[in-house]
Amino acid sequence: MQAQEIYDKLKEQFADAVIELKADAPSDPFIIVNGSELFKIAQYMRDKEEFDFDYLVDLIALDLGENLGAVYIFSSMKHKHRIALKVIVPKNNPKIPTLENLWRTSDWLEREAWDLMGIEFEGHHNLIRILNPYDWEGHPLRKDYVTPEEYHGMKVPY
Amino acid sequence: MGLLNRLNDPYEGGGFALGTVEDILNWGRSKSDWYLQFGLACCAIEFMAVNAPHFDFMRFGTIPRTSPRQADFIIISGTVTLKMAERIKRLYEQMSEPKYVISMGSCSNCGGPYWEHGYHVLKGVDRIIPVDVYVPGCPPRPEALEEGMILLQKKIKHEAIFNKRKRIAEEDRKLGLNYQSNI
Amino acid sequence: MGEKRKIELDYSQLDSDRMRLNVGPQHPSTHGVLRLEVELDGEIVTDVVPHVGYLHRCFEKHCEKMEYPMVTPYIDRLDYISSMNNEWPFVMGVEKMMGIKVSDKVEYLRVIVSELNRIANHQIAIATFGLDAGAFTPLLWLFRDREMILAILEKLSGGRLLYNYFRVGGMAADVYPTFKEDVLAAIKQARKTNPEILNLLLLNKIFVDRTANVGVLPADVGINYGCTGPMLRGSGVPYDLRKVEPYSIYDRFDFEVQVGKGEVGTVGDCWDRNIVRYREIEQSCNIIEQAINQMPMEGDIKEGFPKKVRPPKGEIYSKAENPKGELGFYIVSEGKNNPERVKCRSTSFVNLSVLPEISKGYMFADLIMILGSIDIVLGEVDR
Repeated sequence: MQAQEIYDKLKEQFADAVIELKADAPSDPFIIVNGSELFKIAQYMRDKEEFDFDYLVDLIALDLGENLGAVYIFSSMKHKHRIALKVIVPKNNPKIPTLENLWRTSDWLEREAWDLMGIEFEGHHNLIRILNPYDWEGHPLRKDYVTPEEYHGMKVPY
Repeated sequence: MGLLNRLNDPYEGGGFALGTVEDILNWGRSKSDWYLQFGLACCAIEFMAVNAPHFDFMRFGTIPRTSPRQADFIIISGTVTLKMAERIKRLYEQMSEPKYVISMGSCSNCGGPYWEHGYHVLKGVDRIIPVDVYVPGCPPRPEALEEGMILLQKKIKHEAIFNKRKRIAEEDRKLGLNYQSNI
Repeated sequence: MGEKRKIELDYSQLDSDRMRLNVGPQHPSTHGVLRLEVELDGEIVTDVVPHVGYLHRCFEKHCEKMEYPMVTPYIDRLDYISSMNNEWPFVMGVEKMMGIKVSDKVEYLRVIVSELNRIANHQIAIATFGLDAGAFTPLLWLFRDREMILAILEKLSGGRLLYNYFRVGGMAADVYPTFKEDVLAAIKQARKTNPEILNLLLLNKIFVDRTANVGVLPADVGINYGCTGPMLRGSGVPYDLRKVEPYSIYDRFDFEVQVGKGEVGTVGDCWDRNIVRYREIEQSCNIIEQAINQMPMEGDIKEGFPKKVRPPKGEIYSKAENPKGELGFYIVSEGKNNPERVKCRSTSFVNLSVLPEISKGYMFADLIMILGSIDIVLGEVDR
């Protein structure tokens, strides 16, 4: 199935939550959806027979200036098609519902997005840091991050 | 010492060799150093290749030990991050004297390619433990690591064991480093 | 005083507590710096919590500040055992965004070099897995064969382990005069050692007893957890990106996708994953032989270089089949000299997250074998 077809079928099911489709070559096409309805859309995409997206490939966290973005890439083993969904949330209240109960991959991917970018996933059972030490402060991949001067008595800059 | 040069000389009732106790002890210590089996990153794969038959690290008398209490020296091979630095310090403190450290690769010498923007990288392992030999490279060739081992063996051979503090202070005074000490 | 007392003991009241054991960052068999917090009931594992991040080297932060050609050496150091396969999806993604098409000679050279690295990677995987089980000889034999492949790659690119060889639009250096003979000699040696490894290690009764029916991964659990590569193919799912969505010129070669069939135990146990890796060495040798006979030797590999690497504004996800699974890069470009965001979808990070699920109920010694059969590399897990 192509991206335009998937977008049309989702639009007729969830009218307002699916916002727009951006497909300019050579970039990959992606669909922008509303953050609060993400769980229902994702469950529909996994369970419906003609979509059958049973494999979550990746979850990418982006820093877009005043907003934060999260891109989900889904793929289907049976029908061999892929699509990307994008969710945009404001930086002072970055909350997205968790997809942990649908795809078990998102357990560690969401912890990494929280650790490096600071996006909060509501309903996750164990949202703590995974790559940085447990008492690290700040979210390093944001554009306005400043490297700390020292950590536990060790000098950090060169 | 020249001990092995005299095997064919006819001495009555066995042979005598003259030397200091310190020389014999240092000779034995430097030729059978046992290291702690510890690898961090890409340099650890080159270290495994040095142990393999093509380059053969064991001919220097080194055997891998798994516990730090039984090891003589440690090879830090790979990037040291801030999360791992405290564990390395604890491993170093668990080793018993006399102990040595070889720092292998750019990352543990000075931070390596991650020196500029790495917020989680310790720029050089000598910020937490004292280093004896630095081996440069990214990753260093196996021959470079073997040269590092030979340098360490030379360093151990010329080490002072008896009256250590007094002799080190005398050497420093000859070099012109005059400092206050109560020896 | 002299009477006999009868002592009644009720053994069901003796409660044994669970014990928490730390398989720490320094351990002879954790394949790098990985910490496992294991909860044991006697000898049986009831829970495993992996702690990662001991090698987090801030790769994504470096990508934002460096220009596109300067990013390639950092990508080498992600999966440091097979560096050529790492660089390929990144370079493919940038070329697709800029609309560059490379010549045939460059494509054949890329396939040969990546498949050689695939053989080297699987040799290390089988060797260290045998070392975990206690077999020392396969390590010596396979490292000797690996040195022949590393000598070829060193003459091509200048480095033994980390190459920095791929460029946008071509490669860094041309082939040397005796390239074809060297490659055929390396494949002949790998093919000669393969049956010896099969007899010595893989069909050895002790090895089979230690790995059959251990760490069984059902296919739907594997897909839900996002596993790819030999982990998923060992459970019977024939998902190989070189056949499902062929990239570059893989549709010109004739090879088979290997899956695990449960020959000595259940489908999806540690032995199946290992035999898939072993058989892929033979398939890679076939691909290299076909490629080196079809490769055109004339032509300049640097003629496709652009004047300045500056892709237009857009986002792309480009992927390739690494020896360990699917490696992908999500590149966001704003039209400047350096990328805006590069995210690495690493195989080992996602494969490692399945460890608590498949190791409950086994003994502690089996846990070490399961960890070895996942074949992780900490540079990729922590980036």
